[in-house]
Amino acid sequence: MFDLKNKTFRAGAVITLVMLLIITVGVFWTPYDPNAMDAAGKMAAPGPRHLFGTDNFGRDIFSRVVQGAGATFFIALCSVSIGLAAGLLVGGLTGYYGGWVDELLMRLNDTLTAFPSLLLALVLIAVFQGGKYNIILVLGVLFIPTFARIVRMEVARQKALDYVANARLMGVGDMRILFVHIMPNIWPVLLSAVAIGFNNAVLAEASMSYLGLGVQPPDPSLGRMLNEAQGYLLRAPWYALSAGAAIILLVLGFGLLSEGLGGDGRA
Amino acid sequence: MRTVLRKTGVLILTLLLVTLFAFLAFELIPGDPTTMLLGSDYTPERAAALRESLGLDRSVAVRYLDWLVSFVTGDMGRSYTYSMSVREVLRGKIAVTAVLSLLSWVLVIAVSVPLGVALVRYQKKPFGKIGFSLNQVMMAMPPFFLGILLTYLFGILLKLFTPGKFVPLSEGPGRSLAYLFFPALAISLPKIAKTVKLLRASILSEMQREYVLTAYSRGNSRWMVIKNHVFRNALLPVVTYLAMSLADIVASSIIVEQVFVVPGLGRLLVASISNRDYPVALCIVVMIASVVVVMNYLADILTQAIDPRVRLS
Amino acid sequence: MKKRILSLVLAVLMTAALCGCGGGKSEPAQPTATPEGSAGEKLTGGEITVGIAADLDTSLDPHASSSSAGTREVLFNIFEGLMKPDANGNLIPAIAEDCTVNEAADAYTYTLRQGVRFHNGKTVTVGDVVYSLTRAAGLETGEPLMTELKGVASVEAPDDRTIVVRLKAPDAEFNAYMYAAIIPEGNDPAAEVVGTGPFRFVSRAPQENVVLEKFADYWGEGAIADKVTLKVIPDPQTLVLSLRSGAVDMTNHLTGSQIADLEGLTLIEGGSNIIQALYLNNDFEPFRDVRVRQALCCAVDRQAVIDLASEGHGTPLGSSMIPAIEKYNVPELLELYKPDPEKAKALLKEAGVEKLRFSITVPSSYPMHVDAAQVIVEQLRAVGIEAEIKLVEWAAWYDEVYKGRKFEATVVGMDTHSLAASGCLARFQSENGKNFINFSDAEYDETYAKAMATVDEAEQTELFKRCETILAEKAANVYLQDPSSFAAMQTNIGGFRFYPALYVMDLATVYRMS
Repeated sequence: MFDLKNKTFRAGAVITLVMLLIITVGVFWTPYDPNAMDAAGKMAAPGPRHLFGTDNFGRDIFSRVVQGAGATFFIALCSVSIGLAAGLLVGGLTGYYGGWVDELLMRLNDTLTAFPSLLLALVLIAVFQGGKYNIILVLGVLFIPTFARIVRMEVARQKALDYVANARLMGVGDMRILFVHIMPNIWPVLLSAVAIGFNNAVLAEASMSYLGLGVQPPDPSLGRMLNEAQGYLLRAPWYALSAGAAIILLVLGFGLLSEGLGGDGRA
Repeated sequence: MRTVLRKTGVLILTLLLVTLFAFLAFELIPGDPTTMLLGSDYTPERAAALRESLGLDRSVAVRYLDWLVSFVTGDMGRSYTYSMSVREVLRGKIAVTAVLSLLSWVLVIAVSVPLGVALVRYQKKPFGKIGFSLNQVMMAMPPFFLGILLTYLFGILLKLFTPGKFVPLSEGPGRSLAYLFFPALAISLPKIAKTVKLLRASILSEMQREYVLTAYSRGNSRWMVIKNHVFRNALLPVVTYLAMSLADIVASSIIVEQVFVVPGLGRLLVASISNRDYPVALCIVVMIASVVVVMNYLADILTQAIDPRVRLS
Repeated sequence: MKKRILSLVLAVLMTAALCGCGGGKSEPAQPTATPEGSAGEKLTGGEITVGIAADLDTSLDPHASSSSAGTREVLFNIFEGLMKPDANGNLIPAIAEDCTVNEAADAYTYTLRQGVRFHNGKTVTVGDVVYSLTRAAGLETGEPLMTELKGVASVEAPDDRTIVVRLKAPDAEFNAYMYAAIIPEGNDPAAEVVGTGPFRFVSRAPQENVVLEKFADYWGEGAIADKVTLKVIPDPQTLVLSLRSGAVDMTNHLTGSQIADLEGLTLIEGGSNIIQALYLNNDFEPFRDVRVRQALCCAVDRQAVIDLASEGHGTPLGSSMIPAIEKYNVPELLELYKPDPEKAKALLKEAGVEKLRFSITVPSSYPMHVDAAQVIVEQLRAVGIEAEIKLVEWAAWYDEVYKGRKFEATVVGMDTHSLAASGCLARFQSENGKNFINFSDAEYDETYAKAMATVDEAEQTELFKRCETILAEKAANVYLQDPSSFAAMQTNIGGFRFYPALYVMDLATVYRMS
């Protein structure tokens, strides 16, 4: 299922892996302490000492971007996991059993998709207040319908296949068929959706934090950095550009990856 | 015709569900509007009196029906926090967001179709290759970040417009549109990139079909084949996508409005939620959702009109 | 050309103005000279766009005591009281022409100025004044709308030119509250905004703008500009950008870090008259020990906070006193704690605190305080103290920290209701309702009470200074600074002045230049 000859997939994999590598290393080591302030070295331009320069507190921007990318990735990871887990459960059960519960949930699902997801996220976060964990929760919940729909479709398709009928004839229980036999077969389709989920989570976090509704200081995040950096764009353009570039690279990597996995790359 | 009728029925049902959802959502939200309005010093008596004057003492079902009937008849209720009707609060703002969204949408359609075709036509040339890579990067651009970049590039450095100096539509539609062009650009560029990508993929996959080979065998050039045979069929998924993308455009315009200080619905929506001014927030949410539902419906109908084959499935 | 004009030192004391009723100066002070070297000639008329960081309150009721500072300073242009503050810190008669106080200082008699008109064209009568003051003091409901007026016993009009206000108890400072707005009899400000000020309210679009227009029939020297649009731009960065691009003519209350990116504009610097500090809950277990609080004072480098969080624009403070009131300044207190990590560690060790951890609650809508808190967290980390920032909304801060006193530490700026020493010091008495930090010191209570009872000015000043010294020595809080506040305007805008009085943004004197 990983088509290494596919150029799009390769490009996506390389970008994503490099970003992940930097983030992972960043958890244990960054060139500077991302929070260490230096009154003498404020707003320093990029150079050999500070790769991406320093911010208004004299903090090393490279270290902060690495840390911020990590935080943003963490948010994306958690929210996608929540959406995926709940989506698997709901979509799996409704797809497998069908019936009126299925009908009802799908109607509900259709109605939910009438609200642009970013708008819904904004509304929910404005209600429940910002903060890292609230974002994770809100995004996670918003991802459920998408994953549930995909899982349901796939499960319903697989259910009609011979191997499921065989298993049933052999007396395997429903739960076992669903989670042990069917689930592994729908992964390829799901992976592409997961990559898009990451993509959307990064964008949503950045947008919300940019509006000041998302991650709050002192927690780092790319969107928040961008919000801060906007005030210094003329004096220190490197600040906003590095945070923006990190967002773009993360999104680009996941987008290409999803496409390479067979999705159409739509967000 | 019967399918159209059936779809219209589903449309109305969905619209009803949307209003019900939105209404219930604001109902379940923690935080009572009365405590928000009365501030930190209030007595239970005053809270009860206020609840009564706002009509909050009635049951949810009664209030929902009441609200729905007035909403459909054009009465959007009164704002809790501002001493004016919701209509007055929203006055001018709906038009601004609508114009901005439509302008972005028109930009998307006008640019992405020729660009997508051009990228296929020059697929093997440097233009096609570089264009495709740039397109990939543009897809990953968050609109608000693009907005920041455009503000500084065109506003501060090149002085093509004055950031923050939006001219109301009523005072000068021309100047207003000229200003909105830049936020519209920020909103539409990533969308254009996605549409181009989709159109390109759609044309390329259509090129694999048998009828294309037949067309080639009749001595048509590649460009002629694309222009006369493939384009129309390849457009089909794109039309659906374009219709549905209006939803995302409205959502991003709400964020990009903040970057360009455009007085649309965006800030009002966020502020009315944190002030627990539900009549205003509900009205905005329902209006946006309705636009989305109706657009999806139209896309559905339109797809059928273009391609009768769809009717079978 | 970047200009910095230090605002007039706010040396004129409120108390001086409070004693009398002003010597019949009936016109507001003339605009001060235009900043030297300014662009051109003063123009009358025209339109001015003012950027404001927050929409005005949903209620424009001038009597509502819960109004935000941003709303009050705009309402100053629309409404007037019997008296009003001027740019020199004096109280001058406004709707009243003249005022006399009886000897017991519990009855104030005002003579109505003739021919003052409301924005709706009607002439102000004693009936309007009685209605307004009765409403503001809550004489009919028993609940004063303006808490300042809780001492009012009655408001009467013996004839059609005289108003007598009687107080429950003598109060020599009462006139300072007579800025209480006069509105037409029977008027509900929620439904219709009508005052007597130099500007009249035209319209507002929520979260967008508020439009004011020159009131042609103003009784005194009217506004110079014809129209003022207050444009709401909540994002601090976007506000600065709009100034740079020229979309906004002027804006007030910019912080040191905001102006760093502004070039080619006129900047006027003033204090914000707040006491920014790391306020400590003296009832929080580790902070009960004075040595721990002192250790915090030694760990925090206030100059570094000013440099990093306010770009160097602020007046360092050693105790709870705004620098505007010069006579109470005790400069030695700044030297009491020097940044000294070793001493901080030693003090903590002495107090037997191994690992100090606490949270700093900060209202999220104030970037200035959030930035200062971030710097402090870093400084504390250097001495092994783990502080964690907890951001809350303003309403939550008010409920939990200020009213509920459920907090460990907080960074905010305390303002004062008046320019009297009591505004800065009263709250630290053990039993004071506003003592949200739970400071409790017998000597302080005694000294403060003595100061309030002292009539001799020099003696009283010494006692207040002693109070400041106690606060610093007992390390009640970690005092930081009075951050500078900047008004920024395009170079073709002139006439703006800071007032020593709080909550005033006088737009009447602002004009455009050719």
